[in-house]
Amino acid sequence: MKDLIKRLTETYGPSGNEDLIREQIKKEIKGLANEVKTDVLGNLIAVKKAKSSKLKASKVMVAAHMDEIGFIVTHIDKQGFLRVSNIGGIYLHNVLAQRVIFANGTVGTINEERAETPSEAKRMDKLYIDIGASNKREAEAKVAVGDVAGFHRCCTFLGNRAIAKSMDDRIGCAIMIEVMKKLKTSPNEIYFVFTTQEEVGLRGATTAAFGITPDLGIAVDVTGAFDTPDEKPKLPSVLGGGAAIKVKDAGLLAHPAVKKLMIETAKANKIPYQLDILEGGTTDGAAIYMTKSGIPTGVISVPTRYVHSASEMVDMVDVKASVDLLVKLLSLNLQQKGF
Amino acid sequence: MIDLKLIEQLTNAWGVSGNENQVRQIIRKQIEKNVDDIRVDAMGNLIAFKKAKSSKRKALKVMISGHMDEVGLMVTHIDKSGYLKFDKVGGIDDRVLLAKRVLIGKDRIPGVIGVKPIHMIYRKGEHKKVSSHEDLFIDIGASSQEEAQRWVSMGDYVMFDTPYEDWGGLIKAKAFDDRIGCYMMIELLKKRYNFDLYAAFTTQEEVGLRGGRVAAYRHLPDMAFILEGTPAGDFPQSQVKDVSRTPALGKGPVITVMDRTVFCDKGLIKLLTDTAKANRIPVQIKRPGTGGTDAGRIHMTKEGVKTVVLATAVRYIHSTVGLTSKRDVAAGMKLMEETFKKIR
Repeated sequence: MKDLIKRLTETYGPSGNEDLIREQIKKEIKGLANEVKTDVLGNLIAVKKAKSSKLKASKVMVAAHMDEIGFIVTHIDKQGFLRVSNIGGIYLHNVLAQRVIFANGTVGTINEERAETPSEAKRMDKLYIDIGASNKREAEAKVAVGDVAGFHRCCTFLGNRAIAKSMDDRIGCAIMIEVMKKLKTSPNEIYFVFTTQEEVGLRGATTAAFGITPDLGIAVDVTGAFDTPDEKPKLPSVLGGGAAIKVKDAGLLAHPAVKKLMIETAKANKIPYQLDILEGGTTDGAAIYMTKSGIPTGVISVPTRYVHSASEMVDMVDVKASVDLLVKLLSLNLQQKGF
Repeated sequence: MIDLKLIEQLTNAWGVSGNENQVRQIIRKQIEKNVDDIRVDAMGNLIAFKKAKSSKRKALKVMISGHMDEVGLMVTHIDKSGYLKFDKVGGIDDRVLLAKRVLIGKDRIPGVIGVKPIHMIYRKGEHKKVSSHEDLFIDIGASSQEEAQRWVSMGDYVMFDTPYEDWGGLIKAKAFDDRIGCYMMIELLKKRYNFDLYAAFTTQEEVGLRGGRVAAYRHLPDMAFILEGTPAGDFPQSQVKDVSRTPALGKGPVITVMDRTVFCDKGLIKLLTDTAKANRIPVQIKRPGTGGTDAGRIHMTKEGVKTVVLATAVRYIHSTVGLTSKRDVAAGMKLMEETFKKIR
């Protein structure tokens, strides 16, 4: 699974520009689904039909987003520097001197104009990308206004932990792909959806959920890990604590029956788990549960340090627990469980 | 040739968000003989339908959309001395309000947003402060609350008093955002195409894309073109930094790649830019990452709709007066007409 995580996190795919990551995932899931399709917003939907075509099967939608945060070029100045705006939640304090890459492979570095006063707050309009061009014409040969860049960083394993850009949410995609490999049959009809544009407002999940209208929704995404030195632990999730079962985040109150089922399943199979509350963030689950007349939805999260930076860190214990929990959940007869 | 008389009628019309009736009547009168069906939905959106030329095989469904509403104000309180307090409807910079002429209610009672004359500024720097709209008032010349209440009421809509004017190459009016889009849609509805055409004239875009949220639901189109007004940045600005001032007047219609609400469909962007190139129509790319339009809601309808925004640049948008270029409006029309010839 480590190679899979490396391949996925190192692929380009900021919101609205997911073609390359979609092609990569298509390769990874070849032969693992009965039907694979792409919808209008670019969501990749892989359908795994239920074991029996005679009995009524619950429809489950499992979602992880393919897109990552990035930058969009708003202007190319006379000297060939690129002005930018953000795609998704960019933290101005952790982007300086990072490398970025465009879809055509052009690499650059992000820097900022010198502050007028030392304590001045950071501003997006003071940032620029330097692609090493000597002038506007040279820059325009490689990029255009409207082109999009993502972080350019390789994935590194540190024992049982890994750091990479776009763990949010390529780790969720990797977990879903592992589940597709391990889950030979299921009594449920499962839609594995690799969604687009989550970082800019859960847009892919909104339209995908409408089209599928599942009986049960499960999002797989990262959550914050609050076990680093500078924080008094105020929220519960920690690296190595197991699969983080969502209770509440900024956009979703997990359906109590779904949360209960996840906890019971983890306990019954001795899968390490923890309960997850996140204050400043949400997932595709928030879009799924408000679809049409409402869909019972829960989230399995991977605790992650340094979310929305170029070096996000996860623990393989939590990743493996998430895979195991999801496999066990999807193996249950969810019709009989009331979904 | 663009129809300046119609643009004048549309921009002078009364239609702050939630009160689009007069604009809707004008549009209805203009299009009813040219379309096969007209309906007004629960949100007040005017939705017109024009069947494809030949019904031999299943035709594509194309949607065009523009909003009827404009930004304005609403009377919230009439004080004892007959002055009116107001709230903003839509996004307006408080700085544009001082000393402006307005029209209130359906009788268009004239008023002025008063400002303290410079002779009376005693505190140092007071005139440099920006007054919040909450501190401002409208003066209709009434000397008491009772007198004011004979003319206006709480809840009355307030519109900017800016009559249309032809300045030669440029035209001046209020509400180019988005009566210019409505104008283009009226013109496009005059022809019949090789696809089924739905035209949605929406309401309440300026207060949260509300009409747009439902406009595409019943007849989910295969593609949608949102026709809008967009801010032009080609006026003198205090900073001389080279950090982007596009779009500019006279440089052609403006295509959105990404704004705060939508990533426009790459295929539709290419269709527009290729058509522009083939017909030697200059186009500009809207500064990515700013603003929002009905496209933000339309592209998320049901299972998703391929959407693109084509706009006319307007200087001083969302203020009491805007300027746009006749050449840009004509170029935008030509681009849409040529693009529609290619769709079947």
